[in-house]
Amino acid sequence: MIIDGMPFTLWSALVGGLLIGLSAALLVLFEGRIAGVSGILGGLLSRGKTGDRAWRVAFVFGLIAAPLLYRVLAELPASRIETGPGTLVVAGLLVGFGSRLGSGCTSGHGICGLSRLSPRSLVATLVFIGSALVTVFVARHLLLPAWP
Amino acid sequence: MSALISFAVGLLFGLGLIISGMSDPFKVLGFLDPAGNWDPSLLVVMAGALALGIPAFRLAERRSTSLRGKTMQLPSARQIDRRLVVGSALFGVGWGLAGICPGPGLVLLGAGTVNGLVFVLALLAGMSLFAWFDRLYSRRRTRFLHRQGEKNVCRTN
Repeated sequence: MIIDGMPFTLWSALVGGLLIGLSAALLVLFEGRIAGVSGILGGLLSRGKTGDRAWRVAFVFGLIAAPLLYRVLAELPASRIETGPGTLVVAGLLVGFGSRLGSGCTSGHGICGLSRLSPRSLVATLVFIGSALVTVFVARHLLLPAWP
Repeated sequence: MSALISFAVGLLFGLGLIISGMSDPFKVLGFLDPAGNWDPSLLVVMAGALALGIPAFRLAERRSTSLRGKTMQLPSARQIDRRLVVGSALFGVGWGLAGICPGPGLVLLGAGTVNGLVFVLALLAGMSLFAWFDRLYSRRRTRFLHRQGEKNVCRTN
């Protein structure tokens, strides 16, 4: 659905959002765990209890398998990445380091934390959305037009 | 059984990311760019997720075990400290540079894109770097506290 040329996709965003919320709900209600992707991945990298690994690996494989399953049912929507490889590496490093230092990312703080009405997660979410807004503004509107 | 449930949940989460358009970095950056052709879809995704997440976590907070009898492992940290703010700020810069956060990164990897692979490798490197930094920092902190402790012992003697 396109309103006045805006790239807004209301219904697919709503259905997708409900699925994401449902998965966070299922994980906490059945397993007592937070569906935070950076925390789940990070737990695999830091030396911890070994009995704690199986569910993390399974969750990660579920995420990786999602596009494979989707492709069986329908054509996978395009993912448009206009970022060069160098910037992509810097972005990955910052996302990895920052999400671990800040104890969460868009899923852990933005979805699970806000669902718990946690003030900590509210602050984290406002800070990362704020710094992402500034980054995009600088990259797209200040640096890019000035690029030779 | 836990692994099976976690796999199914990861799958559902990933499908949600694909259907919502959030595995497309262009759409995420569209949300993060109100000065350009703004795309509010991400807000609707959040609203949809919170509509189910809020009642589920309300229920979870009241229980000490899950429906399968497992310990409820909810974060106990309360303080808003420098780590939370600096970490989130760095995360946001990375997110704004590429429009990819950890969940969509794994979906892009599964879709078989080279960009997905590059991003996830860098993501894991960043997380390992943090694990190393954290060990170093906590060791130094322990040594510092230990030394402070010794000083106090000397003083009391």
